[in-house]
Amino acid sequence: MSTSAVEITGLNKWFKAFHVLKDINLTVARGERVVICGPSGSGKSTLIRCINGLERHQEGRLTVEGVELSEEIGQIEAVRANVGLVFQQFNLFPHLTVLENCTLAPMWVKRLPKREAETLAMKYLERVHIPEQALKYPGQLSGGQQQRVAIARALTMEPRIMLFDEPTSALDPEMIKEVLETMVELAETGMTMLVVTHEMGFARTVANRVVFMDEGEIVEIAPPEEFFTKPKSPRTKEFLSQILR
Amino acid sequence: MANAPTKASRPPPRAPLPGPIEWLRENLFSSWGNAALTVVALLILYWVVVPFVRWAFIDAAWTGTGRDDCLAFENGACWPFVSERIGQIIYGFYDVTERWRVDLTLIGLALGLLWLTMPGMPGKRPVGAVMVLAYPLIAFVLLAGGFGLEEVPTTRWGGLLMTLVVAFTGIVASLPLGILLALGRRSELPVVKGLSVAFIELWRGVPLVTVLFMAANMLPLFVGLSVNKLLAALIAVALFSSAYMAEVIRGGLQAIPKGQYEAAAAMGLSYWRSMAFVILPQALRLSLPNIVGNFIGLLKDTSLISIIGFFDLLGIVQAGATDPEWATPNTALTGYAFVGAVFWAMCFGMSRYATHLEGVLGAGGRR
Repeated sequence: MSTSAVEITGLNKWFKAFHVLKDINLTVARGERVVICGPSGSGKSTLIRCINGLERHQEGRLTVEGVELSEEIGQIEAVRANVGLVFQQFNLFPHLTVLENCTLAPMWVKRLPKREAETLAMKYLERVHIPEQALKYPGQLSGGQQQRVAIARALTMEPRIMLFDEPTSALDPEMIKEVLETMVELAETGMTMLVVTHEMGFARTVANRVVFMDEGEIVEIAPPEEFFTKPKSPRTKEFLSQILR
Repeated sequence: MANAPTKASRPPPRAPLPGPIEWLRENLFSSWGNAALTVVALLILYWVVVPFVRWAFIDAAWTGTGRDDCLAFENGACWPFVSERIGQIIYGFYDVTERWRVDLTLIGLALGLLWLTMPGMPGKRPVGAVMVLAYPLIAFVLLAGGFGLEEVPTTRWGGLLMTLVVAFTGIVASLPLGILLALGRRSELPVVKGLSVAFIELWRGVPLVTVLFMAANMLPLFVGLSVNKLLAALIAVALFSSAYMAEVIRGGLQAIPKGQYEAAAAMGLSYWRSMAFVILPQALRLSLPNIVGNFIGLLKDTSLISIIGFFDLLGIVQAGATDPEWATPNTALTGYAFVGAVFWAMCFGMSRYATHLEGVLGAGGRR
């Protein structure tokens, strides 16, 4: 087994004729926390969605925890059980309670008995500090609480890698903090995390490396300290000057 | 300023209760236009409803055993026609000594439906499974015969029994078939999608009367063997209504946001599991009003099977009204009024239950 969690080499992807990802090379080590940033339309969400097969790449190799993502559907489901994804719009299932949202995949993908799945779900709902909401429906919770449920739902599958696709972009300002704190706590457990976000404070304190993407390519990869103080590329500089005021 | 005390909440002001005069003025006579509409509505009620009530209840013949008892009430309904013929209206030409089998079947249906629709009854899942899987078989044996029961040919079935057999088969078969067709139509596999579209459009493009006629008369001609006419009609009704059902359910599927599909897939759920646990429960709830609308339409369309020589509830009453022994000016009208009331009660019941179900299913927090 290799020591890297995600290995991407020479990855290319097109939406019809539009070249969204251009020659992406990125290796993420186990336990590493990588923040991906860049202007909108730069392909960062598409990249992260490729990692669990929600988007298919046309060229290049993508290996997740030693399993290569290929056309075979069985491979994709094996990868997905190892990779949790948190969406910008939460995407909780509105017809299921918080607890049922969390236990659905463990029961039907991992075939855990109901009791066991519920114990597991409660463990992670406690970790995101909302065990008391377990029997409510998503529609009864605030945005921040819903996003924390989404995190717990992904964690209940006990994935090795967690992907976050702009997890705070759909939240009111006062809710962003509670979600970011949950993510910081998760980082402290040693989880491998890839986070697409514009929260530069989070990147600064939590990330091991920051990846800057623009127009479908990776422009710069650097540790946060270096990334924020001595950016090399002029495109990075311009982006940072817009986002850090 | 920062620590200014918050204002105490107080209850909303209560509007004074209006007296009857104010109520009338506000709701019925708030303007000249509305006053005119109120008067017209009252006149219509007077001209239509009052004569009907007189005809159906006040001037009607209520007791008797034949034509002569009704002729005395020339401006009223002839209810003895219905009460004397009630056996035929319910059972058709089903053998009188075997009618208990129909009773058993219908009581079973009623009990099963009551069990499933009453809130708070235990064991709905096993009862539902029995009603969908075992009941049709039991009902078939009970009605048609076999296993020691005397055979009653389907040509002798009729009346309410026939209407319920056709409607129940159509409803039970069209929902699962419709779900499969709707999923097929949205499939990414071109063959599955193509076949589903072709099937749906074929059946939706043909009138039910034509379909029934083909099933009963042309199919035996083509296939060359004699198919049971009722069976052919039942299959035709089921396929026909499943095509409509598919489109209704497809509407519900389209209303589910893409994120729901993605979230289910991202968790590693397979296609069928994400459909069963995530997508369909939401889509079916959304399409519930239209699904029940289809069921109601189907129940009423069952009268069309009289085109192929079966006597359903409407057909048997119509046939009875032409009987010279009951020839009065009001016989047919009374029969139609009765059939209309029975259909209305069944459809209204379904409609009310759907409304109740929507409330129950919507009780879980929505987005």
